[in-house]
Amino acid sequence: MTIRVVEPGFFTTVQDLGRYGYAHLGISAGGAADPFSFRIANLLVGNEENAPALEMTLRGATLEFAESAVVAIAGADCDCECDSVSVPANTAFQIRAGSVLRSGSTRNGARSYLAIQHGFDVPVIMGSASTAIAGRFGGFRGRRLQKDDVLQIGKHGSSGIRSLRPGTLDSLQTSHPLRVTKGAQQDWFAPEAFAKLFSCAYVVTEQSDRSGLRLTGNAVHPRNQSNLLTDGIPLGAIQVPQDGQPIILFVDQQTTGGYPKIANVIAADMHRVGQLRPRDQVQFTEVSIADAVQALLDQQQWLNDILVRNNF
Amino acid sequence: MDAQPLKITDASDSSLLVVFGDVVSPDLHCRVMAMFRAFLAQHDPRIRNLHPGYASLLIDFDPLRLTHDELAATARELASRDDSEHSTSSRFITIPVCYDSDFAPDLLDVAQHAGISVNEVVRLHSSSDYLVYFLGFSPGFAYLGGLPPILQMPRLATPRTSVPAGSVGIAGIQTGIYPVDSPGGWRLIGRTPLRMFDPEATPPTRLQPGDTMRFFPIDRATFDDLRRSPARQPS
Repeated sequence: MTIRVVEPGFFTTVQDLGRYGYAHLGISAGGAADPFSFRIANLLVGNEENAPALEMTLRGATLEFAESAVVAIAGADCDCECDSVSVPANTAFQIRAGSVLRSGSTRNGARSYLAIQHGFDVPVIMGSASTAIAGRFGGFRGRRLQKDDVLQIGKHGSSGIRSLRPGTLDSLQTSHPLRVTKGAQQDWFAPEAFAKLFSCAYVVTEQSDRSGLRLTGNAVHPRNQSNLLTDGIPLGAIQVPQDGQPIILFVDQQTTGGYPKIANVIAADMHRVGQLRPRDQVQFTEVSIADAVQALLDQQQWLNDILVRNNF
Repeated sequence: MDAQPLKITDASDSSLLVVFGDVVSPDLHCRVMAMFRAFLAQHDPRIRNLHPGYASLLIDFDPLRLTHDELAATARELASRDDSEHSTSSRFITIPVCYDSDFAPDLLDVAQHAGISVNEVVRLHSSSDYLVYFLGFSPGFAYLGGLPPILQMPRLATPRTSVPAGSVGIAGIQTGIYPVDSPGGWRLIGRTPLRMFDPEATPPTRLQPGDTMRFFPIDRATFDDLRRSPARQPS
């Protein structure tokens, strides 16, 4: 049961929900950049939400199926076609043997997720199927997909296919500012630095990937340029290097670093970071830790309600 | 031990940063390791990742199952224990390094910067015991403390776009080994034939936080021999 990569797209990797417990060895959690859409894609084909699936970035892959399969696509719209017939997002659909599934460019975000019933068959390394690009392991041979790679369908259990009513996930597409809490070195920064961070729109630069998003906009500087002893970096930390242009540390981040961290994107908004494209604009707004945790709880509840309403 | 007060900060909605001090010192490192090992030993499923730093420990956790206050209380409790069980590492690791010029594009610069001979750089570098403060930057990359001060030299102004796995370098007060091919700005003075990071192995990294290690010089023939026959690499 094989799937041939006809075109890999811009940057396509096998991911799951991440590799935890190895940060002290320099190994970041990795995992889907937009875990929300990743989970939806898996649930649509009846998989457990952590089954290995494809993360397609900016331009999707073209895949040829040797046998029939059931797949679903979630996340950014990518004008997916099966044998030149348009297929809907957020719905599981059958692919016949010999068919070619072609995904185009993402229109309203950076990443689309392609889940297949029973998951993709890749080795589990350190408890995860995620591709770790820096360490060159995990996923499919520790790298992004290339032309003529051959993927195998896995043996993960499936409980049957589902679909979401159109528009169900529209509220995920928000242009609200990204919510942040104050960061680990918050006392290194004067109130004016926070005012600068929150008062302008930053632009996501081309030098952005799964390890971090480099932004350009108001420069933000600590009170004095003393050196920080290298310390651990949480996911979503906004660190400020010497030039003052913030960097959001992302899923394939370094586990430690030496730049002060002024703020941190809240967990409930990390999936939106995964959908930012180069040249997109972002603004930040501050919330309390308590509000951030409540937002995560609300989001979990919202997803559960959707799943119940759509008979998952 | 002159215990400075802990500083505990909410680093994010899912993490807590415990800061033990603001200098690089074996004593502070000892306290970081004691807390790190105590948390590891708890196997608490609500804690997802532990990131030791020079003088701090970042704890990444599931905020829907554990609060910052609960975790901070646990950290304070662990710090107050006289915890000899978790404070020392028994591991002493030796790592062979070939300082041949093929592997050491910056060895001459380091010698000139220090005002000593290349042989003296090699002798000094391979006769110190180093402490593994923590791992970071890339999988298996160990930050080693204990570099003889005369060998200290700032990193390259422009990092190399590619440094081969096994390269041994110097940057400021630190020395280290690149476990995987990666970009990097450290001054390269040698290379080890050992595989420092093997994702299939348990544990996947040859060095662990808290280990003590020492380099020993090998010639090119021994390097090639160890490279050819990984089975003969010490584990």
